[in-house]
Amino acid sequence: MIGAELKQIWRYLRQVSGDDAYERYLAHYRQAHPGEAPMTQEQYFRKRQDEKWSKVSRCC
Amino acid sequence: MPKTILARFVWLGIAILGASAIGGIAIHRGESINAIWFVVAAACTYLIAFRFYSAWICAKVLALDETRATPAERFNNGRDFVPTNRWVVFGHHFAAIAGPGPLIGPTLAMQFGYLPGTLWILVGAVLGGCVQDMVIMFCSTRRDGRSLGQMARDELGPVGGWAAMIGTMTIMLILIAVLGLVIVNAMKHSPWATATVLGTIPVAMLIGIYMRGIRPGRVLEGSIIGIALLILCVLGGGWVDHNETLRGLFDWSGESVAWFVMIYGFAAATLPVWLLLAPRDYLSTFLKLGVVFLLAISILVLAPEMKMPALTQFIDGTGPIFKGTLFPFVFITIACGAISGFHSLVSSGTTPKLLPNERDIRMIGYGSMALESFVGIMAVIAACVLEPGVFFAINSPAGVVGKEAAAAVATISSWGFPVTVEQMQILAKEMGEATLFARTGGAPSLAVGMATIFSTTFGGTLLAMWYHFAIMFEVLFILTTLDAGTRVGRFMLQDMLKYFWKPMGNVSSYPMTVISSLIFVTAWGYFLWQGVKDPLGGVNILWPLFGISNQLLAGIALSVATGIIIKMGKLRYAWVTGLPLTWLAIICTWAAWEKVFSPNPAIGFLSGAASMAEKLAAGTLSPERAAVAPQLIIGQRIDAALAFLFAVILWVVIVDMLRMSMRMRSGKPVLPLSESKYIRTQLDEGMISTGQHA
Repeated sequence: MIGAELKQIWRYLRQVSGDDAYERYLAHYRQAHPGEAPMTQEQYFRKRQDEKWSKVSRCC
Repeated sequence: MPKTILARFVWLGIAILGASAIGGIAIHRGESINAIWFVVAAACTYLIAFRFYSAWICAKVLALDETRATPAERFNNGRDFVPTNRWVVFGHHFAAIAGPGPLIGPTLAMQFGYLPGTLWILVGAVLGGCVQDMVIMFCSTRRDGRSLGQMARDELGPVGGWAAMIGTMTIMLILIAVLGLVIVNAMKHSPWATATVLGTIPVAMLIGIYMRGIRPGRVLEGSIIGIALLILCVLGGGWVDHNETLRGLFDWSGESVAWFVMIYGFAAATLPVWLLLAPRDYLSTFLKLGVVFLLAISILVLAPEMKMPALTQFIDGTGPIFKGTLFPFVFITIACGAISGFHSLVSSGTTPKLLPNERDIRMIGYGSMALESFVGIMAVIAACVLEPGVFFAINSPAGVVGKEAAAAVATISSWGFPVTVEQMQILAKEMGEATLFARTGGAPSLAVGMATIFSTTFGGTLLAMWYHFAIMFEVLFILTTLDAGTRVGRFMLQDMLKYFWKPMGNVSSYPMTVISSLIFVTAWGYFLWQGVKDPLGGVNILWPLFGISNQLLAGIALSVATGIIIKMGKLRYAWVTGLPLTWLAIICTWAAWEKVFSPNPAIGFLSGAASMAEKLAAGTLSPERAAVAPQLIIGQRIDAALAFLFAVILWVVIVDMLRMSMRMRSGKPVLPLSESKYIRTQLDEGMISTGQHA
């Protein structure tokens, strides 16, 4: 099915670009810390970016 | 079984095909050779090496264990430690390691002809670079995702740790300076390029605001809008270029562009990352992957002829782009694409925190580097499809071939690479530039090569558009390396300075941020300025220095890896990393020695400084050269000290590793292997790809 494959590509694109990172984080958080409040999308996004750019993440 | 027999025949076929392609490239001595040979030779080499050599290393030397839980699983926090689909990690890792290096180094090395560079890219990658990336990734994965510096400290001791820290910081300085210089040479006196690049800054900020405030975390949407705006920037740049009044506003000298680069680096390092750095990185990453893919397709479709000879007379060391003989300088000029020490910083610390399973180390560590090496081969092709005369006219600095167009073409033609003034004028006009003479640094000639390939593939028009698109693409992701590097360099500096003055270590304090960023930008800005002022184009000095520093970092990484392999009780396999280490040690020391002590003033920094001082004293320099001579003399002496320091650091680490290994062999105590304990994995494949967690 071509539709299923397109969906798969779309899922890959979202994951590789970090587009669905927050959804994944929520899924993880519900599992690992049930009952506690997770970060909001904005808090999460900022924290992840700050972490990413505090170490070497791009080469020459 | 018939299936295994079939597989054997297929692999035998790949091996024979690859060997004949390499043989064809090596012995071919004709007018021109088709680029497809290079693609075939490269693809077969990577396939064979991946299928057999990397599998052997993983099974025998590293003994990857797929039942062992990775740091991503054990410390899963949904942010930096996340078990992630292996193809997604592959994408992240490749995007992180593939920078401008494998495009620029091979372009410059084409002054020796296509053969030496091509062979080194292939052999260096499969026996050196890929092995380094994979083994370091393995070591870090077994150590909770620790960084190279931490591993050096834990496994070799404080000496190794300090050496790794200083090595990383100095390579960062030189890297940023030389990349800044590449930007300067691509943008100076090019209103179109300058206007386009300036336009990308508000675009990035707009996307930053979009992703932060309007649609938080919607990376794909933001990036698609951003890419569309970037293409508008290229068109807008063309419009500016055709407008007489606006044109003058964007016609900047090399010095002005250098100031722009420094101010930009400082701003990007001190502004919040969401505003400029992060959004611009999304754009440049998409663009980078897209262009690399497009270039590969275009080369396959177009199958262009390579016009550069296999070897040129410049292997004797008299080359116009940089001075120095084939040995050792081809191995220094091409670092990224063959073996790049910088990768060890991403292979440790970042990627291991995402790995779902140890067995993926092979594909992600070894495979990504093979792909980057292939990018290097494409740069070789893009440089060699140009007429050699045109290639040398673009890349030779005015100080070597002469300032006037007539003088330059006469010199270059006298080398046996015919080119005419009219030819260069027509080419410059087609590309939408005032002139293409003496545009050193590799970026403009790569852009001409890419524009030629793209434009021919897509119907033979819009050369100027493609050229400036290629320039924007190169500048954009050089800027990513530049400001990400400045930011990390600032953190490292603060980390080091806190031993002298405690408050300096506070990374969230605004005054400390400004002070440390200022120090770091001044440090690389110094080398950049020196390069801009240098009548020989600066690339001649800075690129070899960068190559040596990058190989130094690879030497440190390979020493750590060799030490760990020996400590694992696998001395008989230590050659896997020991062999590339030995080669790098020879090459690096040899090149550093030549750069410091060579009596030829065009190669040796000390004799270069001495000869300039002599000419200055004798008054034989032209007034404009005499004005900058005192700066350049000091600069060359600092370069000499730096090259010397690089060689010393490399040997300190190697000796430290050997000392540890000798102690171990004679049964004396050494630092224990810092590998973390075995924990059985609970993950299964389905959970990772659908985003659920165990």
